[in-house]
Amino acid sequence: MNEQVLWFAARSSGMVSLLLLTATILLGILGPLRVGSANWPRFALAGLHRNISLLTVVLLVVHAVTIALDDYVPITFADAVVPFVSQYQPFWLGLGAISFDLILALIVTSLLRPRINLRLWRSIHWLAYVSWPIALAHGIGVGTDATGPLGLIIAGLCVAAVVLAVILRIIKRDRPPIDFAPPKPAPATKPVGAARPAPEPVRRPGEFSTRTR
Amino acid sequence: MASIPQAEAGQFLRVNPITCVARGMCAELLPEQVKLDEWGYPILKGDPLPPHLVAHARRAVAECPTLALRADPTPRG
Repeated sequence: MNEQVLWFAARSSGMVSLLLLTATILLGILGPLRVGSANWPRFALAGLHRNISLLTVVLLVVHAVTIALDDYVPITFADAVVPFVSQYQPFWLGLGAISFDLILALIVTSLLRPRINLRLWRSIHWLAYVSWPIALAHGIGVGTDATGPLGLIIAGLCVAAVVLAVILRIIKRDRPPIDFAPPKPAPATKPVGAARPAPEPVRRPGEFSTRTR
Repeated sequence: MASIPQAEAGQFLRVNPITCVARGMCAELLPEQVKLDEWGYPILKGDPLPPHLVAHARRAVAECPTLALRADPTPRG
């Protein structure tokens, strides 16, 4: 067996973790936008969000275990979860540990979501937007492959995709289902000789309705 | 840890219209009992859950992004 296998495994699992993490956050951002189709129903995308996030944790464990076992750099198991105590690159490894801890908190609260306060779950889940850039900074700061052309292209694409998704989410964010603005008054003047009444205005989703649910 | 009572056969699905955000996953997962109105909010059939739909109902309840869907032993009224 190649004696560098742990080192390569640590590097590649870190890179794959970034891709999976990006896929997770993209699916998470797009969920409330009600993205979906007949072939990709919303529950399937929500399931992908969950399953990819679980897969990410597995990859992150592989990432941490392999780099801790490898003796090319002096990194310990504790460095994976305790930030800023490492002998090697404490700042950049600390970012990785913070991100890993945040992701664990996200996973645990999401698995317990039906049993805990929903507001607590939601406020913790917003930390995804913190953990992802921290993880990316960790990868760029300490990743052996991050500053190569391929690494920069991957990181750039990930940033572009997430920024685009966030912009989409902000533009098309949830609007209240009922428009509380008073209805616009109908035009007072009636064309002379208009026999037919004006057609009913077409209601779009989200507009006020008097129908009770 | 307090556990949520799971949906059982014979129970009735209920939706909390205040917390519901019209994501629509309940209607995808349980079309036998949930239809969507024109704004995407669920309209429940109101029948007791038949045994063969219990597993699907549990999944629909668990997937609701705001936990607005619940199963209740008593019918609406």
